[in-house]
Amino acid sequence: MAETGKGMEKTLVQSLRESGVSRRGFLKFCTATASMMALPPNMAPAIAQALEKARRPSVIWLSFQECTGCTESLTRSHSPTVENLIFEHISLDYHHTLQAAAGEGAEAAREAAMAENEGQYIVVVDGSIPLGNPGYSTIAGISNLQMLEETVAGAAAVVAVGTCAAFGGLPHAKPNPTGAVSVSEIVKDKPVVNVSGCPPIPTVITGVLAHFLTFGSLPELDALGRPMAFFGKSIHDRCYRRPFYDKGLYAETFDDEGARKGWCLYRLGCKGPMAYNACATAKWNRGTSWPVESGHGCLGCSEPDFWDAGGFYNALSIPDSDITRQAVYVAGAGIALGAVAGAVNRSKQARAREEHEPVTIDDLDKRS
Amino acid sequence: MSTPVDFLLWVRGPGFDIALAVFIIGILIRLLEMLMLGRKPDYAEPRGAELGAGLRTLLTRTLPEQGTFKRSPFTVVGGYIWHIGFFISLLFFVPHIELIDAVIGLSWPGIAGNLIDAVAAVTLVTLIAMLFSRLTHPVKRLLSGPEDYLSWLVTFLPILTGYLAYHRMIEPYPLVLGLHILSVEILMVVFPFTKLMHAFTFIMARWYNGAMAGRRGVQS
Repeated sequence: MAETGKGMEKTLVQSLRESGVSRRGFLKFCTATASMMALPPNMAPAIAQALEKARRPSVIWLSFQECTGCTESLTRSHSPTVENLIFEHISLDYHHTLQAAAGEGAEAAREAAMAENEGQYIVVVDGSIPLGNPGYSTIAGISNLQMLEETVAGAAAVVAVGTCAAFGGLPHAKPNPTGAVSVSEIVKDKPVVNVSGCPPIPTVITGVLAHFLTFGSLPELDALGRPMAFFGKSIHDRCYRRPFYDKGLYAETFDDEGARKGWCLYRLGCKGPMAYNACATAKWNRGTSWPVESGHGCLGCSEPDFWDAGGFYNALSIPDSDITRQAVYVAGAGIALGAVAGAVNRSKQARAREEHEPVTIDDLDKRS
Repeated sequence: MSTPVDFLLWVRGPGFDIALAVFIIGILIRLLEMLMLGRKPDYAEPRGAELGAGLRTLLTRTLPEQGTFKRSPFTVVGGYIWHIGFFISLLFFVPHIELIDAVIGLSWPGIAGNLIDAVAAVTLVTLIAMLFSRLTHPVKRLLSGPEDYLSWLVTFLPILTGYLAYHRMIEPYPLVLGLHILSVEILMVVFPFTKLMHAFTFIMARWYNGAMAGRRGVQS
């Protein structure tokens, strides 16, 4: 009982057991995590050993300009699973959405967690940070920018959860009225992991946390700071409808024969070729389905500026602007300019004709 | 933040707008300049009809002429292969059809991606062989100037980058797709001011040659 009292001292396995997760279930999770993160199978026991010894890491969760969809995705993902319990195991010392009623006490908890775990705690951020006017988004009277800078100063690492935190997301969409920026545009001196998606897949964040608990470091990242294991391949590469793309079989409306036969959704605006995420393999709702499987194209929500990347129902190859109207305007301009150029040429021709002097044999004789 | 997605958005947005404007304005200026210059009126009594001869020449100048074929079969066959391959890839790849549909509202059935892939590969190899021949054949080399090599390059790059994009040979995909669209935009900008204009003038030229000969009652 003394152990239970000291929350910080309890290991992961102890708290999992208390929640009714068997050792077998735990080892299954370790194997699944190793395979999800593209680690060799013999790493599973190493993950298990490390997690068995791991102490609860302190996590401070900051929510800025966001819709709470990321928190919904992660906390209400599905009924208890090992992923959920891992999530419960971390010492979530501050999460203002979940403890909104706590007021001053919540801010005190954040400050206490920062002081107690100096240099060791993880900061999770969802939502973008407005740089326009600090008043656009404040928590307890503190601007988002100030809170992020203060909190990150003593952190071991920062996890930017969701496309808003990772790339600016919806608040950053044109014309970006609040001057929203991503976490990585502000935090330059700490490792930042971008777990993008709108919302991100719950397994991805538990995978990142498991990696941190096991190896004490962050997983390998791609050029956009996302974990390679989950964001290394595109939706298109892993899509089960890919053979239809290669064969040239496409659904052209959401209710035609192609749609019923499960053909490729490219013509309906699927952004799968340019979106890097694990949806096609990890799926959603306990592996039930994912957008493309349910018959709707990928929106590319894990990519920067996906809100500005043209209409969701326009094929990827179509330019963003109203090209038909532009082509008409430009053609009008071309005809006008061409007519002017033609007229100039004709007047030159006429002038040349006027100035033309016939040359006689005598003239030639004179010149030679 | 400058990411491959930013690059893709630029080439699909302002980049495409600029290229389209230069392409359309350039072509219209050049065509109108040629057509408005006109010809001196021909007061001689016509010895034959223009229509039939013009149409016939449109066809005969499109088919290989026997003497030319015998002298340089490689140039003739290679020229046909890459032109046809280029147009199959351009007009029958479904993402391209979607683009054409978005611009002019016309669409037609596409061909399977893996068939287009094979056609594009043949086109690429043929274009490389054509360049090699241009560089090694003494007469072709003498006749070639910077504009010829520029025309070859801006024609070759869209097929090369399209092939790379289809096979996703450069990661991440927004980068290679952006490069493909950019290469097409370069082609569009260069097009009106080089010999690539033949794509618009060849019909007029062949018609004119035939019609003129028909009017005079001679073989074109």
